[in-house]
Amino acid sequence: MTSERNRYTEFRPRWYRPRMSTWWWLKRWSSVAFILRELSSIFIAWFIYFFLRLVHALGRGDAAYREFLAWTASPGILALNGITFAFVLFHAVTWFNLAPQAMVVHLGGRRLPGAFVAGANYVAWVLATAFVLWIVGR
Amino acid sequence: MVDRITIEVARYRPEKEAEPSFQAYEVPCRKDWVILDGLNHIKDFLDGTLSFRWSCRMGVCGSCGMTVNGEPKLTCATFLADYAPGPVRIEPLRNFPVIRDVIVDIGDFMQKLSAVKPWIIRDEEKPLAEGEYRQTPEQLDEYKQFSMCINCMLCYSACPVYGLDPEFIGPAAIALAQRYNLDSRDQGARQRREILSKHVGIWSCTFVGECTKVCPKHVDPAGAIQRYKLSSALEWVKDFVMPWHGQ
Amino acid sequence: MMARKPIEPGLWILFSVGGVVAAMFVPVLLFLFGFAYPLGWLPSPSHTHLVALVGHPLVRILLFIVCTLCLLHAAHRFRYTLYDGLQLQHLQELIVLFCYGVALVGSLAAGVVLWQFG
Repeated sequence: MTSERNRYTEFRPRWYRPRMSTWWWLKRWSSVAFILRELSSIFIAWFIYFFLRLVHALGRGDAAYREFLAWTASPGILALNGITFAFVLFHAVTWFNLAPQAMVVHLGGRRLPGAFVAGANYVAWVLATAFVLWIVGR
Repeated sequence: MVDRITIEVARYRPEKEAEPSFQAYEVPCRKDWVILDGLNHIKDFLDGTLSFRWSCRMGVCGSCGMTVNGEPKLTCATFLADYAPGPVRIEPLRNFPVIRDVIVDIGDFMQKLSAVKPWIIRDEEKPLAEGEYRQTPEQLDEYKQFSMCINCMLCYSACPVYGLDPEFIGPAAIALAQRYNLDSRDQGARQRREILSKHVGIWSCTFVGECTKVCPKHVDPAGAIQRYKLSSALEWVKDFVMPWHGQ
Repeated sequence: MMARKPIEPGLWILFSVGGVVAAMFVPVLLFLFGFAYPLGWLPSPSHTHLVALVGHPLVRILLFIVCTLCLLHAAHRFRYTLYDGLQLQHLQELIVLFCYGVALVGSLAAGVVLWQFG
């Protein structure tokens, strides 16, 4: 809501209102990074689809599972998953680094420095990764 | 022999033209000069018709915000020599309507600011005889950062969401609302909740983070917004699970 | 007079929890099943072991929750990307329907796949 209705007169001349370009985000690196961060959502969705195909193949037997692994190793899927992996990592890192701004933690009446909150997230990430590696790989 | 630098300033004279244009001026580039000194030199000696806002010239009034080489800056806090050999391009703050030259209309922000009720709200004022409201240093620290806002609107200029949707209440307004919500003396969080919880309140924000980057007072409005999202979401859950609470 | 109950905070909570889940678990799972096992960097666990693992009802429930949260996270983020990137606020209702709709369809598919497993 702008401050006044647009009645332009000799003594109240026309304001200039430029329109924001659709490509506003290409003008600086930080906004390119922002849009890429947001687009990581598409790759998360792709991974879920990929993961459900994996589960489905597992359910249909050993041969289907081998076939699935072979499909995954095909160059097209490898390339797509490579890009996906980059985006997923980008999502994770930007998420953990921004966590301290969203969550202020008080311990014993004092505020924990942001690095602790981010650090705790990274530690949790390592633990989650280790857990998955252990439970899947054994 | 003093160095010189070219300043290209956006000119917009609505009585003469429909679109802005640039005009170049050559000014001395003294090492202790800020952009504002350059602009005042232009106005005093080169072109008295140049129009721009400024006041305290020391970074506390928030009047002199402009776009300098594409970045929103306080022109009283940005050194001219940092842009040598130049040219330096001065444009009005982005995302605001331009009235003249580099002067923008700030009415929208002023209206949003008053909408968040940026003052201490009490259910009941303490009687004078009971003395002042006391606060520990820890309680002060809770909101002090957000109280540093000088209403310079660089954050609005940097925020792409505000640029795309002028209805968005914006970083500074939310940071100032938080300054009061987190003040132990204040009891008005519920009153501020309605305007902040609208879709064009905090929920339009996608945590781009540019507002925090350009803030000259390190207020971290992005942090204020995310924290409010979290507390608002927790309030929402409480309302859902215990609809009788707070009534 | 009762104001309309806002749903945006709830969507944001799902987005946030989904973001955490995606950040914590997707990298390692993608690494294992997208690269390590297909390319032989690590020996693939036996089919029997994986079936036993996924077959466990608790695991299937957890996987369903993970899939749903990740899809809702992606839907929410993509919805706002359409606003910020393509300036499509005027198509708000359509975008909301599309984004969360696809996510719910995906969650349903996840439920079906996991339910029918084994």
